[in-house]
Amino acid sequence: MMDGLFAEHVTVRYGRRTVLDDLTAGPFPAGKVSALLGPNGSGKSTLLRAMAGLGEAAGRVMLGPDELSRMSLAQRTRRCLYLPQTLPATVHLQVLESLLAAQNATGVMPGGMGGDEIDAALRMLDIFGIADLAMRYMDELSGGQRQLVGLAQALGRHPDALLLDEPLSALDLHHQFAVMEVLRRETERRNIVTVMVLHDLNIAVRMTDYDVILREGKIIAAGPPCDVITSDTLRQTYDIVARVETCSRGLPHIMVDGLAPVSH
Amino acid sequence: MRVPDDVPVSAPAVPSSSDLSGYARQVRGSYRMLLRRRLGILVVIAVCIVASVVLDFCLGPSGLSVGALIHTLLHPHDVSAGQSVIVWQIRLPYALMAVCVGAALGLAGAEMQTVLANPLASPFTLGVSAAAAFGASLAIILQWRLPGVPDAWVVSADAFVFAIGSVLLLDMVSRRRNAGTGTVVLFGIALVFAFHALVSLLQFVANEDALQDLVFWTMGSLTRATWPKLGLLAVACVVVAPLSFRAAWKLTVLRMGEERAASLGVDVPRVRRGALLRVSILSALAVSFVGTIGFVGLVAPHIARRLLGEDHRFYLPGSMFVGALVMSLSSVAARNIMPGVVIPTGIVTALVGIPFFLAIVLRRQGLS
Repeated sequence: MMDGLFAEHVTVRYGRRTVLDDLTAGPFPAGKVSALLGPNGSGKSTLLRAMAGLGEAAGRVMLGPDELSRMSLAQRTRRCLYLPQTLPATVHLQVLESLLAAQNATGVMPGGMGGDEIDAALRMLDIFGIADLAMRYMDELSGGQRQLVGLAQALGRHPDALLLDEPLSALDLHHQFAVMEVLRRETERRNIVTVMVLHDLNIAVRMTDYDVILREGKIIAAGPPCDVITSDTLRQTYDIVARVETCSRGLPHIMVDGLAPVSH
Repeated sequence: MRVPDDVPVSAPAVPSSSDLSGYARQVRGSYRMLLRRRLGILVVIAVCIVASVVLDFCLGPSGLSVGALIHTLLHPHDVSAGQSVIVWQIRLPYALMAVCVGAALGLAGAEMQTVLANPLASPFTLGVSAAAAFGASLAIILQWRLPGVPDAWVVSADAFVFAIGSVLLLDMVSRRRNAGTGTVVLFGIALVFAFHALVSLLQFVANEDALQDLVFWTMGSLTRATWPKLGLLAVACVVVAPLSFRAAWKLTVLRMGEERAASLGVDVPRVRRGALLRVSILSALAVSFVGTIGFVGLVAPHIARRLLGEDHRFYLPGSMFVGALVMSLSSVAARNIMPGVVIPTGIVTALVGIPFFLAIVLRRQGLS
């Protein structure tokens, strides 16, 4: 149905600084979870934002046969949704309302009163196990709970491509795995493209299907996690000495031995 | 790559569909209740406004009885000219102006706080009032006037020009790339100090009479209300308010963060520009007609947020209503605290508004 998300010759400048220079990445496959890896400032968020159409970027972004980069912002964000790293703000707004607002963001009044919309919003909250928070105010929630609300807002918009900027940053261990499971399940069920920026390499190696490693705006490696996350690439990108070992259950596990001696 | 089943990973359990539909019914019910309660609150405030206007109209230093007032209202030609003037040229415009000014400042403050993402934003704190005061001082002290403006409008016109200029400056700053909301607020605060300094400079060179006029102007007073000014402000409110309400969803989403709003398809710079334009018209008109009464613009949004939450479908009209009510009550107080004296409304607004404001803000904090 869809061939995935493809960024071609993307160039992004912040003022005089060129963050991404003629970068081509993808295709990020549909129905699978992909990860963007790399050190701070390597251009991961910039690539996600460029694919979502936020900020100025040269180049072409394709979602299957459709060229996203030719669409209006409102149209484009319906198809391809970026979830920022910052958590939803602590506003005096109920969780349910915040979902309704996200759903109606580009609409005009009235709207958002219907029972169907409320049911759909509740289902999204339920997917992330927070249906019981529906009537609580956002400014009473913890950071992790707000992150889950943000994810529910995003999935509730039913995009064809979901771009998540560090979606696990505020979550405890249980919820990190739970959210990854939900995202894998929904990505497969809806056959959508899911790309996320991750810092936890062990989660990446075990729970994603396609990884891209960036450093200074260049792609170091791209492909299945086991091919991409290796001692060599880790040394190249993070300047660390690390091994990919196999644990007692036969699963890959990344062990970091220390910093690599400075070579450049 | 799949995680084997024996690894202890648990996704949140999805309750059976019947559980969820029962819960959904419950939530739907309580959400409806909430919406109804909010509508109820709006209605109660509206009723209070009407009551306050009636009170404002009936109480005052002239010593006319309520019966006489109503009689004058219904049969203006049956009574003495003096009595008719008191009712038609003083009481009525005064009482209605209070409502319009409060509504305009309440709505302006609410939109300003949302688009600048700052609870301190208001026409008062970001220099609109100060700019208007400077315009007024140019008119009062240096007799500077725009060509073609009738005498009765000179002070207001000058004040309006500077007030709207200050919002356009704020808008220009907010449009610059990389200008965070913090930058805009700091710029607004710089405007306040700059205009205060300029006003002080003019006061320094002013003669005694002009100085007195200016000081009185800056205290803010509803006694400047006239029918044409009232009409103009009312029309502005009626035209601008629906445009604000149309943007309610976008503004609600904007409250959750600028980047989030953009990623949901909201054209943030455009929404901000539209809001600032509306703010400039409402606040500049209100302030230029009645002087420095900006405090309502800061307080009304906070009160509305506490009473109604931040769903802008309720928050915007709420702030507008609360502004109108606070202003109208201040107007009542201004004429009745000291018998025979009308205290400038700007002074009373702050004195009446602050306890109200603190009570609501502190009570919420105590709870949460």
